[in-house]
Amino acid sequence: MATSLNGSKTTPIVARAQELFEDLSFTSARRWKEAAPGRKVIGYMPIYVPREIIHAAEMLPLGIVGGGDQLEVIHGDAYYQSYICRIPRSTIELGLSGRLDFVDGMLFPSICDVIRNLSGMWKLMFPNVYSRYFDVPQNYRDDIGGNYYINELKELRQDLAGIRGKPITDGEIRRSIELYNENRRLIRDLYAFRAEQPWQAPAADVYLIVRAGLVLPVEEHSAMLRDYLGAARADERPMRDNCRIVLTGAFCEQPPLNLIKSLELSGCYVVDDDLLLVTRWLTADVPIEGDPIENLSLAFLHHSESTAAKYEPNLKEKGQHLVRAVRRSAAEGVIFACPSFCDPALLERPMLQHVLKDAGIPYIAFKYAENSGQMQPIREQAGTFADSIKLWSGA
Amino acid sequence: MNTKIVTSRAPAKPVAKDASMLKQKAMMAAHYDRLTSAPETGAKVASTFVPGNLNELIMCFDLLNNLPEVNAIQSGLRRVSGSFVLEAEKIGHSEDVCTYVKSDIGMMSKGNIAPNGKKFPNPDVLLLSYTGCFTFMKWFELLREQYQCETIMLHTPYMGDGKITKNMIDYMVKQLKDDVIPTLERVSGVKFDIDRLREYLKKSKQAEDDLVAVLQSAKAKPAPIDAYFGGIYYIGPIFGAFRGTDDAIDYYRFLREEIEERRASGQGPVTPDGDMGAEKYRLVVEGPPNYTNFRQFWKMFYDEGAVVVASSYTKVGGVYDFGFRHDSEKPLETLAEYCLGVYTNRSLPMRIDMLTNYINEYAADGLLINSIKSCNSFSAGQLLMMREVEKRTGKPAAFIESDLVDPRYFSAANIKNRLESYFQMIEQKRAGARAAA
Repeated sequence: MATSLNGSKTTPIVARAQELFEDLSFTSARRWKEAAPGRKVIGYMPIYVPREIIHAAEMLPLGIVGGGDQLEVIHGDAYYQSYICRIPRSTIELGLSGRLDFVDGMLFPSICDVIRNLSGMWKLMFPNVYSRYFDVPQNYRDDIGGNYYINELKELRQDLAGIRGKPITDGEIRRSIELYNENRRLIRDLYAFRAEQPWQAPAADVYLIVRAGLVLPVEEHSAMLRDYLGAARADERPMRDNCRIVLTGAFCEQPPLNLIKSLELSGCYVVDDDLLLVTRWLTADVPIEGDPIENLSLAFLHHSESTAAKYEPNLKEKGQHLVRAVRRSAAEGVIFACPSFCDPALLERPMLQHVLKDAGIPYIAFKYAENSGQMQPIREQAGTFADSIKLWSGA
Repeated sequence: MNTKIVTSRAPAKPVAKDASMLKQKAMMAAHYDRLTSAPETGAKVASTFVPGNLNELIMCFDLLNNLPEVNAIQSGLRRVSGSFVLEAEKIGHSEDVCTYVKSDIGMMSKGNIAPNGKKFPNPDVLLLSYTGCFTFMKWFELLREQYQCETIMLHTPYMGDGKITKNMIDYMVKQLKDDVIPTLERVSGVKFDIDRLREYLKKSKQAEDDLVAVLQSAKAKPAPIDAYFGGIYYIGPIFGAFRGTDDAIDYYRFLREEIEERRASGQGPVTPDGDMGAEKYRLVVEGPPNYTNFRQFWKMFYDEGAVVVASSYTKVGGVYDFGFRHDSEKPLETLAEYCLGVYTNRSLPMRIDMLTNYINEYAADGLLINSIKSCNSFSAGQLLMMREVEKRTGKPAAFIESDLVDPRYFSAANIKNRLESYFQMIEQKRAGARAAA
C-alpha cells in the first residue's frame, strides 16, 4: 500500500502509480498498443536506452526491471545458477509466462555480463522478437566514442524504422527529445522537492510515481509528475526527526517497495537515490536544434549520470558524483543497497566507500534481492545507522 | 574471527611432465624473473588482461607484460589464493564477486609476491583492455586506486549480433591510434614504430598456426592431447607474455612436433600420473577450470578414461581455430579483430554454435559445463547453452559447479558424483544407439 495520507490529493495519483507497479501483465501498455492499429512496444532493461528514438518511431518504450516480489518464478530459475542475481530469471519468467507477448522488441543495454548474455538468450528463446544488445561507448571523446555511438544510434534508428515500416525523421526525434527533456526536468524537480522537504514526498511514493514512467507514454507520465508535484506541495505532513540519506547501488534489480518503506520507517529520509536511472540519465536538456542523433550522443558523453556500469577515466573524479549527491541533497549519510551477486554494484562499492570515508560521510551497506521478504534486519541496520547519525554526527 | 582455509595437499607423487612442459616452465620462470627484477633493470611494466591481450603492441614500447589473471591462477595452483580471497573480503570486497579480483587484491595486501618469491613491481601503466568481461573494468579501477598510475581504457564492443561491423573496427582503431598508442609512448618514452608491430604480428601468426595444429590434433582417436587440462598449459605462452616472440615460435613448433609424435604412435595425453590409459569418453568442456584443486579435478577425468577433445576456455585469449590469424598487413585492424573475436566477447548464440561444432568435428560424446561461481561472463546463460547443444547434437550434456581460485567452492565429492553419473549416461546413450543399429 502507498504511504500517502488519507485526504491528500496525492492519494489517487500514487494509487494509480501503484496499480501500474503491481500489474505484471502490463495492462496499460497493452491497451496503449491496442488503441490504434500498427502500434509497437519496445521493451528495455536497465540502465539506459535512448527512449527518444523509440518514441520518435511512434512506439512505446516499456521499461522491464524484473518481476519484483510478487512474481512467482517457476521457469526462470531453471535458466540460472543460484549465484546469479534475480532480475534475469524473473525477466525470463515474464517472457515465458506470456506477460511480454505483446512486446515487439527488446533492448538489452550495456550494464553487466548477465544482462549482456541475456540478450543472446532472448534471441534464442524468442526468435520472432527483435532483440538487440545496446552498446554504449566507454570512451568519452567526441571523435572516438562519440562517432561510435552516433553510428550505434543510427543503427537503432534504422532497425526501428524497419519495424515501423517507414523512416524516422529528424523532426520526429526532435519532438521526442523535447518531450523527454520536459519529463526529465519534472523528475529533477521532484527529486529537488523531496531533497528539500522529504517528509512531503515519501520515498515509496516518489519511487512509484517515477516508476510509472517506465510503462506510461511520456506525455501521460509528465502529466502525472506535474499533478503529483502540485498535490505534494499542497500537502501538510508532519516532519519526523529522521536522518537524511542517499540510497545507492540499486540501479538495476529493484529493491522491494517494502524495503524503501522500511528505510523511512526506521528513521531515514531518502533524499536522493540511483533507482530507475533511465528516467534521469541525461542530466541536462538535450538541445533541440541541430542533428538530433549527434545531440543525443553528446548528451550521453558529457551530461549523463555516473554509475558503476560506466568507466570513470579520471581517478580524482571517481565516486565524486556520490559526494556531490550527498552535498546537493544535504544528506547525512549513504546507504549502499546492492542486489546480491550484482557485479557492477558490488565491485564498485569499496571504491565509493573509500571516497566517502575520505569525505567524512558515514555509510552502511547491505544486500537485497527483488523478492527479499524479511525486512526486520534491514530496519534494524538502518535504524541503528539513523540513531548513530543523530547521536554521534558532528552536527 | 580469523578463518583459515586449508586445502588438502595432493599426494607427493612426482608429476609426469613432457618436454614441452619443462620448456614452458623455464620460459615462465624467466618471465617472472624479468618482471621482479624490473626495479633493478629499469624495465617498465604494463598490466593487462588475457582476453584482449595486446602483447605485440606492449612489446613495441619495451614494456613487460604482467597479467593479474595469470597471477591469480598461479596463486590458485600454489594453493595460496584462498587466503588472498579471504584477505580481500576482510577489507570490504563482497563474497559475491570474481575471485580472480579478490585473489589479486589479497595478494597485494600480503606483499604482492610473485611465484619466484620476489616482489612484483608496481605497474607503470594499466592497459584496461575491456574485452568480454565487465569485471575487468572495475578490477583495473580498483588497481588504479591502489597504484595511482596511468590507466588506459580500450573498449571492445560486444558482438551481440554475432558480427564484427565496420563501426566496431573504426572505433577500436581510433582508440588505438589516438589514445592507447600515444599514452604508451608517453609512459614508456619509446616512439611507436608500426614496422616493429608488423614484425611481432608475423611471429604471432607462426605460433598461432602451430597452436591450432596442436589443438586440432584432438580430432584423432585416441586424442594425443587433453584440450582442457593439458590445453591450459598449451595456451600459456600465447595467451600470456609470449605472443609475437621467438620464444613462442620455438615453443609451439616444439610442442607441435611432440604432439605429432604422440598422434603418430597412437598415444593418448600425458597426465600428471603419466600416460593416460585407454580413451573411453571424448568430451567438449565449456567454462574455466578450478585451479585450487586442479590436479585432483583432472584425475577425476583420466581415471575414468575421459579426455577433453575441445574446450571453450582455451579460446578465451583468442579464437584461432576458425581461421583468424594476426595479420601484419593491417596491424591495428587485426588487433581490433582479435579483441572482438575472443570467446567471451561472442554472443551466446555464437558460443553455442562453436560448442556444437566442436562436438561434431571432434566426434565427442557430449558436452560438460564447469560453471564458475564467480564468473558471470562465462556462467550466465550456460544452462540454456547446455539445452541448446543437447538439442542440436543429440549428445548428452552435464553440469558441474566450482570456482576459479576460491577453494571454498570446490566440492570434490559432488563433482565426482556428477561425473560418474554423466559417464553412465554416455554409456546408456551408446547402448541405446547400438540397440537401435
